[in-house]
Amino acid sequence: MKRSTKRRLRHGALYALLLGAVAAIALLADWKAIQTNFLDKDVLASIWPEIVTEGARNTVVYTAIAFVGGLVLALALALMKLSPVAPYRWIATAYIEFFRGLPVLIVIIAFAFAVPIAFGSTLPGGSRGAAVIALIAVSAAYMAETLRAGIQAVPKGQIEAARSLGMSETRTLVSVVLPQAVRIVIPPLTNEFVLLLKDTSLIQVAGVGLGESELTNFASDNLNITSNGTPLLAAAILYLIITLPLTRVVAYLERRTQKAR
Amino acid sequence: MTAAIEVRDLHKYFGENEVLKGIDFTVEQGQVVCVIGPSGSGKSTLLRCVNRLEEPTSGVVLIEGEDITDPEVDLNKVRSRIGMVFQSFNLFPHMTVLENLCIAQKRAKKRSKAEAEQVARANLEKVGLSDKVDAYPAHLSGGQQQRVAIARALSMDPDMMLFDEPTSALDPELVGDVLDVMRRLAGEGMTMMVVTHEMGFAREVGDKLVFMDGGVIVEEGVPREVLTNPQHVRTQQFLSKVL
Repeated sequence: MKRSTKRRLRHGALYALLLGAVAAIALLADWKAIQTNFLDKDVLASIWPEIVTEGARNTVVYTAIAFVGGLVLALALALMKLSPVAPYRWIATAYIEFFRGLPVLIVIIAFAFAVPIAFGSTLPGGSRGAAVIALIAVSAAYMAETLRAGIQAVPKGQIEAARSLGMSETRTLVSVVLPQAVRIVIPPLTNEFVLLLKDTSLIQVAGVGLGESELTNFASDNLNITSNGTPLLAAAILYLIITLPLTRVVAYLERRTQKAR
Repeated sequence: MTAAIEVRDLHKYFGENEVLKGIDFTVEQGQVVCVIGPSGSGKSTLLRCVNRLEEPTSGVVLIEGEDITDPEVDLNKVRSRIGMVFQSFNLFPHMTVLENLCIAQKRAKKRSKAEAEQVARANLEKVGLSDKVDAYPAHLSGGQQQRVAIARALSMDPDMMLFDEPTSALDPELVGDVLDVMRRLAGEGMTMMVVTHEMGFAREVGDKLVFMDGGVIVEEGVPREVLTNPQHVRTQQFLSKVL
């Protein structure tokens, strides 16, 4: 048999396998049940548009606050980790190891319930605020390591060139090192962003008030009310609508960065 | 007249390893001094001690009479008087050529944007790259990048220039353009300290040639004499290998 014929046969077999699998799933699935349980028009009408204006909106807001807050704290931690002063390095290392080693859920519960008991006062924003602060605390630990690696990936010659031109240490960091480090860490930071977006679904364990539910909380509440899975499917689609364009944005940013490389 | 650069009894250790073993060395104002020697001889370290990119372990470095090893000295001020050109160019890749030339003028010399750009354009003209103002370094050849790096250093209006093997990372056909720029600079009376392997340049442009080996200055003198009639055995061995 000729080589090309062999390859065509192999490809044909792979396609057949794929079609078979799709057909099997389609045949095995109970379409009627799926429709009544996950694609109920009336249920969808009952949660629309609140699933977007409340659920998705809150998810985006919580994520944005946690990401920006986490990034600022992470930058401070990364710089502490690179500090020539040893105690700063120790503190940053301890912080990072501590928060990376704990489940997010435990940190949220701790911030929402343990901290108010231990210090006799609640954190700003009530239990929801405490949960967002917990997310900031945890995401900062992860992002700090990413940022540190990015800063260290900037070639030493860049710093030497800036210093030899008479630029101060701070000015060198701000104008030369950080802009290049940011370009390096954009892809891993997107990853952090997506993880954080999904972690906002844990905020509900802190207990949130009326109109404060994020997407998962909103969907599961309505799942209970309607005894129907439609809200879950709607929430899943909304998560994807938020996350999928992100990869496009990152691809665009990377292309733009390539220009300057 | 005070010497532009004066180095007295300079020692430099990297850990246990002594790379500079008591260097005494001067560059007079307007002089072009070329430093040659095998790799690991300490010539780059010596150059980098002159603007304290490397911290000398002991000894004194005087720049125009000012002791820059004094901890009280404003190092940023001193460095803005000393231009430095690196083997690997070290242009800032995220900035255009113009931004590369302006950033330190604006941030360290506190020049206005307009003034900085005027100086930058004049220096780009000098190195023959006026048309590359808006290019990013990645779009330039090695030779062009090095000429931009020279223009960047010149934009700070330095009193002297340090060159750390400026042509070693270049393809052979690009070396000439960079050496031309340096030759012109020397012709204008710029004080220059050049660590190099370009013996032709050293012979033609240099006022003094210094041969280093094993962390000491083995021999120094008029380039033509050192190159054609080296006195020391180690100089003879080195030159017989590179010439």
